[in-house]
Amino acid sequence: MTTPLLDRADVRVTHAEGVAGTVRAFVDRVRSGDLGSLPVLVGLVLIWGVFTALNPVFMSPDNLVNLLFDCSTVGVISLGIVCVLMVGQIDLSVGSMSGFASAMVGMLWVNQDWPLLPAIAAALAVGAAVGAVYALLLNRLGMPSFVATLSGLLAILGLQLYVLGTSGSINLPYGSAMVDFGQQRVIAAGVAHLLALVPGAAMLAIGLRTRARRMAAHLSAASVGGIVTRCVLVSALFELIVAYLNRGRGVPLMFGVFLALAAAMDYALTRTRWGRSMNAVGGNREAARRAGIAVDRIYLSAFMLCATLAAFGGVLSAARLASASQQAGTGDVNLNAIAAAVIGGTSLFGGRGSAYSAVLGVIVIQSIASGLTLLNLSSSLRFMITGAVLAIAVIVDSLARQSRVSHGRA
Amino acid sequence: MADDSPNRAAPGRPVLSLRGVSKNFGAVSALTDIELDVHAGEVVALVGDNGAGKSTLVKLLAGVHQPTSGTITFDGKPVTLPNPAAALDLGIATVFQDLALCENLDVVANIFLGRELSPLRLDEVAMEVRAWTLLNELSARIPSVRDVVASLSGGQRQTVAIARSLLLDPKLIMLDEPTAALGVAQTAEVLNLIERVRDRGHAVIMISHNMEDVRAVADRIVVLRLGRNNGVFHPDSSNQELVAAITGATENAVSRRAGRRQAEQAAQESP
Repeated sequence: MTTPLLDRADVRVTHAEGVAGTVRAFVDRVRSGDLGSLPVLVGLVLIWGVFTALNPVFMSPDNLVNLLFDCSTVGVISLGIVCVLMVGQIDLSVGSMSGFASAMVGMLWVNQDWPLLPAIAAALAVGAAVGAVYALLLNRLGMPSFVATLSGLLAILGLQLYVLGTSGSINLPYGSAMVDFGQQRVIAAGVAHLLALVPGAAMLAIGLRTRARRMAAHLSAASVGGIVTRCVLVSALFELIVAYLNRGRGVPLMFGVFLALAAAMDYALTRTRWGRSMNAVGGNREAARRAGIAVDRIYLSAFMLCATLAAFGGVLSAARLASASQQAGTGDVNLNAIAAAVIGGTSLFGGRGSAYSAVLGVIVIQSIASGLTLLNLSSSLRFMITGAVLAIAVIVDSLARQSRVSHGRA
Repeated sequence: MADDSPNRAAPGRPVLSLRGVSKNFGAVSALTDIELDVHAGEVVALVGDNGAGKSTLVKLLAGVHQPTSGTITFDGKPVTLPNPAAALDLGIATVFQDLALCENLDVVANIFLGRELSPLRLDEVAMEVRAWTLLNELSARIPSVRDVVASLSGGQRQTVAIARSLLLDPKLIMLDEPTAALGVAQTAEVLNLIERVRDRGHAVIMISHNMEDVRAVADRIVVLRLGRNNGVFHPDSSNQELVAAITGATENAVSRRAGRRQAEQAAQESP
């Protein structure tokens, strides 16, 4: 017999071999509370099933394209929320921040005749500064982020109303590149099909390279068959989605930008030292500090990123609505963004989450909103149902966490 | 690090000296006027009763707490340790009693926490190989380095914490109760490891309540009592002397118990 691999020397550990083993390992993991994105996928299928049964228009390509346009604005804000939840903090002012950013772009670009890009850059810079203030309050004064951002919510809303002045809203010019981007622009059909191949191709390339390196280092490695199967499945799924959306208007460019941001965030959170430090601070702040991590800088980066992304989400929603108004960013924007992250599987307790949870969660939230609008239900019911879904998501998170602790997988 | 490395302190040269170090937590003086010298290639055992200030002293040296007064000299230079990163950068590694691991991360991530290879594109394969090498040097029984630390037993976590402290090849390594949670074989491995680290010319500070372990590896035994120095002993000094220094009296619970047992044995032998 050959010498055992470096990580397979311990006979007490069972390893998933073959397809049956992989399935069994997956079932074990779910039963012990390591749910991953399973609840949200099940929930999404349920929601889509119910709404399609009630109104077949829901699943029409054009409705789904609209849904994706709406997803992108809240989704970008939700990406930032993932960052702060990751380190065990919260930012309750993302709604106000997005509203203020849209007001700033409206004022600078339309009223003050700034070029578009500097106006957007100024809005993003203000977002970063606000995030830095929250981090400073937490690091220097020990002010809980819950309170700091709650007061920020009010203060920034005040700024938004001040900037908009008496008119109360600024219309962005139709036909401009920005409004076109927010309302019309889709990725060309052929290009969309090509882009849909990118995730699978990346998985294949990275998978094969990792396999080669692990085998060279005498470690266990995934089988070529498994890597290729996953790559083919993912590519087929994305191609199907793109083909279906292309029967309508096509894949919104804005949604493409959102997905690209999510992918970049996922890479940063899982494959860089910064991401590792974010996980560590969320999991055990004191242990992270003793390992030499500059915990206050990690908080600073998380809050700055969150508020900047919130500002960017505000700019996108201004483009989507072709206006910057007093209503922008108020109402349910705040909670939708936080709910999306939590529903997608980012833990409120810190140290667990992924960028893709924002993508899945925001699709759930917007599906509910879109479905209820199609049923002509009042916003009172919409709020109640969204609230119930958020409660269920948090309950699932808490129960899964308890189960993970008792199964030693926290 | 090879023995001829320039970083290595010359044998016998003091690596660490504390002079008049005190630490107050509010009205409580946890440490008062502590004097301590640790030389390269030497194992110093720090013993004392509960509340003697051992863990506080270790936390001062690890940069977790800052001293109220006194000077710390490391490698011949006076140093301040404002945070744990500063201590790690100087070459002071610590295994804390409360382990300080991130339960949500796997073993590899914990060992390399804050010291990951290629920060912008983590080299998981190289880190995993290095983690296995370190753990195998410790004869560790870790089932999988890709499991989260939450799924490990107390002894396994201890091994992970020790492996992490060795990662940077430190000049001074401090272990707070390193064998408290370990089995028989692993205790022996940790003691072997401490000797190996010493033989490579590094300085070791070890806190333990287990006199057997202390005598087995220590070159000097420093006793703390109520936050003050209370004598330095050789490992061949008698148990009675040590216990007296730790508890502060020759007449104490341990000596009374020993005396009672002697009396009982004497009574049994003379019918």
